[in-house]
Amino acid sequence: MFILHHLWLILALPLAGAAINGLLGWKWPKAAVNSIGVGSVALSFLCVLELIREFLQLGASQVPYFEKYFNWISAGIFKVDFALQVDQLTIVMLLVVTFVSLLVHIYSTGYMAHEGGYARFFSYMNLFVFFMLTLVLAANLVLMFVGWEGVGLCSYLLIGFWFLKDSAASAGKKAFITTRIGDFGFTVGILLAFWTFHSIDFGTIFHQAANMPVESAAAFGTLTVICLLLFAGAIGKSAQIPLYVWLPDAMEGPTPVSALIHAATMVTAGVYMVARMHPLFSRAPLALFVVAAVGAVTAFYAATIGVLQTDIKKVLAYSTVSQLGYMFLGCGVGAYAAGIFHLMTHAFFKGLLFLAAGSVIHAMGGEQDMRNMGGLRKKIPVTYWTMLAATLAIAGIPGFAGFFSKDEILEAARNSSGATVWLWVLGIVAAGLTSFYMFRLIFLTFFGKPRYDEHKVHVHESPRNMTIPLSILAFFSVVGGWFAAPHFFGGTDYFEQFLHPVFAAYAPPTPAIPPEAAATSTPAMELLHSLTGIPVILAVLGLFFAWWFYIHKPDAARRAKESLRGLYSLVYNKYFIDEVYAALIINPLLWISTNVLWHGVDETLIDGTVNGTAHVARGLGGQLREIQSGNARTYATWVVVGAVGFTVLLIAVWMVR
Amino acid sequence: MVPISYYLVLSGVLFGLGVIAFIFKRNIITIFMAIELMLNAVNLAFVAFARARNQLDGLVFVFFVIVVAAAEAAVGLAIVIIISQNRRSLNVEDVNLLKF
Repeated sequence: MFILHHLWLILALPLAGAAINGLLGWKWPKAAVNSIGVGSVALSFLCVLELIREFLQLGASQVPYFEKYFNWISAGIFKVDFALQVDQLTIVMLLVVTFVSLLVHIYSTGYMAHEGGYARFFSYMNLFVFFMLTLVLAANLVLMFVGWEGVGLCSYLLIGFWFLKDSAASAGKKAFITTRIGDFGFTVGILLAFWTFHSIDFGTIFHQAANMPVESAAAFGTLTVICLLLFAGAIGKSAQIPLYVWLPDAMEGPTPVSALIHAATMVTAGVYMVARMHPLFSRAPLALFVVAAVGAVTAFYAATIGVLQTDIKKVLAYSTVSQLGYMFLGCGVGAYAAGIFHLMTHAFFKGLLFLAAGSVIHAMGGEQDMRNMGGLRKKIPVTYWTMLAATLAIAGIPGFAGFFSKDEILEAARNSSGATVWLWVLGIVAAGLTSFYMFRLIFLTFFGKPRYDEHKVHVHESPRNMTIPLSILAFFSVVGGWFAAPHFFGGTDYFEQFLHPVFAAYAPPTPAIPPEAAATSTPAMELLHSLTGIPVILAVLGLFFAWWFYIHKPDAARRAKESLRGLYSLVYNKYFIDEVYAALIINPLLWISTNVLWHGVDETLIDGTVNGTAHVARGLGGQLREIQSGNARTYATWVVVGAVGFTVLLIAVWMVR
Repeated sequence: MVPISYYLVLSGVLFGLGVIAFIFKRNIITIFMAIELMLNAVNLAFVAFARARNQLDGLVFVFFVIVVAAAEAAVGLAIVIIISQNRRSLNVEDVNLLKF
């Protein structure tokens, strides 16, 4: 029970690594930086493994295991403890975070080997792991918010890692500011939760929420407002409509960063938060519907953009946005376990896709545009095979990890009643699009004839410290979903069974939607309910069309582009969302800031007041100093005037008395 | 016996003459003498009170004032000599450096 009693060790190791590398690493050789950077995460991973062994020996009554270290803030009834807790959900997240982090750290020793700021990179990465683990282990909303903001900080630092490049610096700022909009909602949500429950501890909040009635789907209640505010934070952090715009730009950062932060871990924090707060969400059907709707629409919308991107990392970025939408769809229809399951498998296959894309970029000497690739299959076989495994997983080909998790979400959406059933349609269309754009990526990159200058670009397979993490992740991209496999043959879903205690403990007594509403299903809904296996068919269709357009008849793609010019340009330019935001929000804000706040308020009002006061004082002083003539007799006169005045005053007071 | 008010009126008149002379005279030596006049006017008031109230405190103060006046005369005349050497003038209007 050593780790269970010393949970802080899991956090302290990466923090120590970050501090050591950050303060001392810049003058150390790379081997020393590696051993600190990778070693601290590896030790943390081992701690988590030991923790799982100890955790499984705990009785059901001891879960969630709670450990309070010290009182952090205490103001009246507002008390924040530095307290950590472990339950099944935490275990899953800890395992995913430390495992993927470890592999990405190992990969980075190869990928970043020729880059400047080597120690700085590992310091930031370790710091990120620390904050992510804080977020996951936190036992109250405020400590969770500390981790939440901390990962945002590390995201900013790592996106802008090459800060001399203007686009990287701007992308970092964009990510930070955009997520901050959502975080405002998150903060207000925390305050409202405290106002309602007089506590910010998860346990206390959930106990009280469990006694509250399920709110009406049509009306706003306190729980609904809290949930919607918290979800605003998730929208920013997990890049959902309308705040997803920062994630594609975040690809300016080094590729391992994209893999770890912007695919596997940080962006899934929103999903984790929604799952963690499920006792509240389950009692706020309207909020739950918003979660599902935002998720499904984002899943579809981002997938359409991914179809026409030419930058290999941008395709994956939009794919991430789309997959995060799936996770929210799962949570939104009440299938939290399915959402977390997809979070886990996605961490494996999307982390792998990014790392493999990094390997491709490495092999191509920095080229990211897929139009300048092609035919790499034979030259970088390890990268090709691992990336293919991840692609099969994300496309939802049966047997691979993504199939099980995605299918569970879609099945939950299909079995739900009311309006969410129509979100299923968006979900399966997005599944088809996912398959299409991923195989398009594979075909453009690895098949066909080389479209680069073979004399200039020396294509080479990546070193072993990059290919080994790829292979390990590929293995998990294949088998990572097999926990749920028996479920498809009528057996048990072991993953869901593992998480069951978490999500069953505070489940509302009645389903969120009354049964009579579910009973009144239309014929159209019944038709939908009878359609099983559609996602797989669509995935195969996507594969087929990708093959048709990019291998079989390359001309067809060009002709389709010509005939659908308007639609093509709309999608190719990402629906002009960045331009719309610039016109509607950023430019007006800049105008107001410049003309009203800067020139008006700051320069005229504040500076005017301050300088005006000084000016008046100076003018009066200039007048007054004339009194001091330097003539001793004048001074004497003043003394006499003062003495006489004072005497008169004394006499006057005496007379009045 | 002469009433105390006589002494006090005399003291006040002497002090007032001293003040007026201090303010309106321009010669430093004269101003110096005006200061001495004021000091002695105060001495007279002290002595008068001491005698009227039959207490020694006033007399003791007078001795202090005489001592201070002597010291002040020594230092003050030294300053006057320096000023007259540097400025070639005893007019107090010419000594106006004591300002902003």
